[in-house]
Amino acid sequence: MTYLQLFYEFFKTGLFAVGGGMATIPFLREIAEKYPWYTTADLIDMIAISESTPGPVGVNMATFAGYMAGSFLGALIATLSLVLPSYLVILVIARMMAAFRDNKYVNYAFSALRPAVVALMATAALSIFKIAFCHDAPVNELFNNIDIKAIVLFLILFLIMHTLASPKLKKYALHPVIYIAVGAIVGIML
Amino acid sequence: MKELLDLYVSFFKIGILTFGGGMAMLPMLNSELVEKRKWVTEEEILDYFAIGQCTPGIIAVNTATFVGYKKRKALGGLMTTLGVISPSIIIITIVAAFLGNISDNVYVQKALWGIRVAACALILEGILKIGKKGIKDAFGVIIFLLALLSVLFLGAKSVIIVISSIIIGIVYNIIRAKGVVK
Repeated sequence: MTYLQLFYEFFKTGLFAVGGGMATIPFLREIAEKYPWYTTADLIDMIAISESTPGPVGVNMATFAGYMAGSFLGALIATLSLVLPSYLVILVIARMMAAFRDNKYVNYAFSALRPAVVALMATAALSIFKIAFCHDAPVNELFNNIDIKAIVLFLILFLIMHTLASPKLKKYALHPVIYIAVGAIVGIML
Repeated sequence: MKELLDLYVSFFKIGILTFGGGMAMLPMLNSELVEKRKWVTEEEILDYFAIGQCTPGIIAVNTATFVGYKKRKALGGLMTTLGVISPSIIIITIVAAFLGNISDNVYVQKALWGIRVAACALILEGILKIGKKGIKDAFGVIIFLLALLSVLFLGAKSVIIVISSIIIGIVYNIIRAKGVVK
């Protein structure tokens, strides 16, 4: 019965949470109130752990919630139910895109959509930067919470990768995971 | 068969190297899919992100389905989707079962601090790179700035930005095309 409820709840979450992982949080809170699987207080820990472990945060949170409800099988069912609706929706859209790729109006739409999405990415990045450099402080407290060490490390890493990304040095470019590993090591040593 | 397995493995790698939300996936998508495998272009990644913003589900999963579909239709989409969620299922299950309080550990916290900073540098580099592909003319710069300011100062939602930029793009190009004909 729990597995059926998990399927229903996470399919619903996957179908109605529009805009990525964070958009699933309101649904996860509703689930916490409706079922005895986990509490709202647990949810805060689940979000923190999901953000700090590998994997897309939305998937991690669903796996975590599913595990709390029905251990490994629960985790599996919750995660698969979460991604099933978007898999089906994207299949339909991908098929349509393949058919309309050369359509004049589709290209018109994308000519403005692409710059707009770069802006959306930039604002998403800003909120990540705020967490990394200002301890996620509220806007009026940002300058009192600047993490100088984080900014210095950021600048060093960014300068190295940006230099190595130039056409001349491209063959020396390092894989992103190298930078992640360096960050982790420096973090532990400091 | 080999290609289906490649799709699964590539997205397994992308999943395991993504810390945080869809945005954090950008550097991995660039290095694995655009540069190494050459399965998609940077423009296509932008398009997938755009559609992911206004369709249901996790953006990482939506992007995975798109890339998989492009290579091997529905089956390809299934492999990439399963690939990107597999690391989560394995790692979160282990964390939930044995290490419930992993995020309280001081060394884990210190490592995460550094990982977050490194991720920020990677994300900035990724946005600069993809921005060059996405913003090609003065019209693009204007749309970029309008969208940026609307989100930062008016708190506009992503869906609104996506829908209004589609409308602006179509209207602007129709008007421009007519002007050229005259």
